[in-house]
Amino acid sequence: MAKTTKSGGGLAGAELQIQEMQAFQVLSPDGKVNEANLPELSDDQLRELMRRMVYTRVWDQRAVGLARQGRLGFYAPVSGQEASMIGSQFALEKEDFILPGYRDIPQLHFHGYPMYQGFLWSRGHQHGGQIPEDVNVLMPQIIIGAQYVQTSGVAMAFKRRGEKRIAITYTGDGGSSQGDFYEAMNFAGVFKLPAVFIVQNNRYAISTPVSKQTVAKTIAQKGLAAGIRSVQVDGMDVLAVYAAVKDARERALNGEPTLIETLCYRLGPHSMSGDDPTRYRIKDESPAYEENEPLIRFRKYLESKNLWTEEDENKVIEETKAAVAEAIKKADQYEKMSIPNLIDTVYETTPAHLEQQKQEYLAKEGK
Amino acid sequence: MATMTMVKAINDAMRIALQNDPNVMIFGEDVGKNGGVFRATDGLQAKFGVDRVMDTPLAESGIGGLAVGLGLQGFRPIAEMQFIGFIFEALDSIMVQAPRMRFRSGGQYSSPITFRAPFGGGVKSPELHSDSLEGLLIQTPGIKVVCPSNPYDAKGLLLSSIKDNDPVFFLEHLKLYFSLKGEVPEDEYTVPIGKANVVREGTDVTIFTYGAMVHTSMKAAEIAEKDLNKKVEVVDLRTLSPLDVETIVSSVEKTHRAIVVQEAQRTAGVAPELISVINENALLSLDAPVKRVTGFDTPLGHPLIEDEWIPNTKRIVNAIEEVCNF
Repeated sequence: MAKTTKSGGGLAGAELQIQEMQAFQVLSPDGKVNEANLPELSDDQLRELMRRMVYTRVWDQRAVGLARQGRLGFYAPVSGQEASMIGSQFALEKEDFILPGYRDIPQLHFHGYPMYQGFLWSRGHQHGGQIPEDVNVLMPQIIIGAQYVQTSGVAMAFKRRGEKRIAITYTGDGGSSQGDFYEAMNFAGVFKLPAVFIVQNNRYAISTPVSKQTVAKTIAQKGLAAGIRSVQVDGMDVLAVYAAVKDARERALNGEPTLIETLCYRLGPHSMSGDDPTRYRIKDESPAYEENEPLIRFRKYLESKNLWTEEDENKVIEETKAAVAEAIKKADQYEKMSIPNLIDTVYETTPAHLEQQKQEYLAKEGK
Repeated sequence: MATMTMVKAINDAMRIALQNDPNVMIFGEDVGKNGGVFRATDGLQAKFGVDRVMDTPLAESGIGGLAVGLGLQGFRPIAEMQFIGFIFEALDSIMVQAPRMRFRSGGQYSSPITFRAPFGGGVKSPELHSDSLEGLLIQTPGIKVVCPSNPYDAKGLLLSSIKDNDPVFFLEHLKLYFSLKGEVPEDEYTVPIGKANVVREGTDVTIFTYGAMVHTSMKAAEIAEKDLNKKVEVVDLRTLSPLDVETIVSSVEKTHRAIVVQEAQRTAGVAPELISVINENALLSLDAPVKRVTGFDTPLGHPLIEDEWIPNTKRIVNAIEEVCNF
């Protein structure tokens, strides 16, 4: 946890300093566990975390391929962020509500949002945003930061109704520069809301490195300005992310919101729409992150406990390929949109002027 | 019936809404203990508690996001923007997030939010307190825009807005808050959104207008009757989006001449949209081009010159004369 401290006298004594602190970690990069920080998880749960990370990695690789073939629209790759995404969602209950950024499709999926709808959303089909009734998520947000201010509203709704649920939201290092980022945390603090704010610091906002985003030593410390609890976590460590979010969830239910910065790395491009990371990456930085990526680390740990084999891994890979194939097929077969249907989803009751536009379209172009 | 100022009628509508629906919540800057800078929410926190009538931190985007999140979860938020010029800080919520919620989710989610803000010149307020920004709002699909001109309509339209399952921007003209009193039923009633009101019958020319300009136009109509012997019809639009095309067209078909009076700057906005509606539906009924009487294409004039900036009876009477003598 980041802390501020006063030191010395005079003006220096009035100066706030961020103390040295270390990102919370359970697994070291070589897969060794810090027992004191180990969250309570059964062997089955540990295996499930690995299954989900492998599933997400393979899904992402397939999606990148599909995007290259022109079979997807906007797609933001997730490789490198699996621990941050999967670990945080795994700490939630089904009734908790997720307000995602556009990269956060895996969390939505494991919260109940079907993969084929993710593909439809990517392609630009309205059904991609038509969240199934019993799934507690919002469609991916395009405007950076908008989901943050809305999180305070969702969390306030739960608090007012006395429901034991939290609202959780995600943005990136770039998102933490937005005014909405601060406004949201400040509201959550003032109203003591059951909210968890996650910043997945993947080091780049498209091409802009964190160093050009802020001179703050951490993004976590930005929560302190709003007076809320702030934590920095090793975002390549699925157990650390899980433990931090689990803890933050409990505190949120008691009216204590938390900002969690997860330190991760986007291994791929920002999106599949022409982004070329070689234009902006620091030369030779990627191999270090690749060695440290979340799947390798967790696999080492599970193998040391005899909980994961190559056979397990291959099974998940095949399972994922089949799931992706099925989801794409379903997306391909989904009913096309129509202008009249589109018109009828703007208002609860379509007003006369819009009804007229619909009728004109139907008379001249529609079937 | 009771005699109320417009601000009292607005207060009364919110009191009834809070009473009738536990999901109604009011929040904004200084709306709680202080009752709002114009006392629109006076006494409501004392009556309904701090959980339903809340002061927020001073952050309009935060207020907008709070409204969208609460609306998403089935609450019926009334979010006050302290002055119209402050909405620029919250435009993502007002023009994107709330109005597109239904559209983005294919009808699964909605934003039953009422945004309220005082607007309009003539009270010598500092910059960005009194602008007329309805042109921005009416261009936004998914949000309705309402602007009452009197206490009766204010209460009835605000109750309709709060009950509406789509977002509504409710514009309250600053100059009318206290200057105008009218008979208002004490009980609940609604004035429908999307219905204009013919406030003065005439046969020679129709003035389409809204907000404080309704009253300036009515005075101009009296003068024109006396000095020019012209019978001027005045239509109070009341809702700026969606426009009441039927009432607009039938009035033009009756008088064959039209003027649009708005306090806002001229380019884009309500007046040009209204003229398009007339062109598309009643062009052949016209005996003269439609005239616009508006503010200038500058920001609203500074307090020391705003009375000259805002359309006055003289400008309107001149327009009546020009249109009638075309």
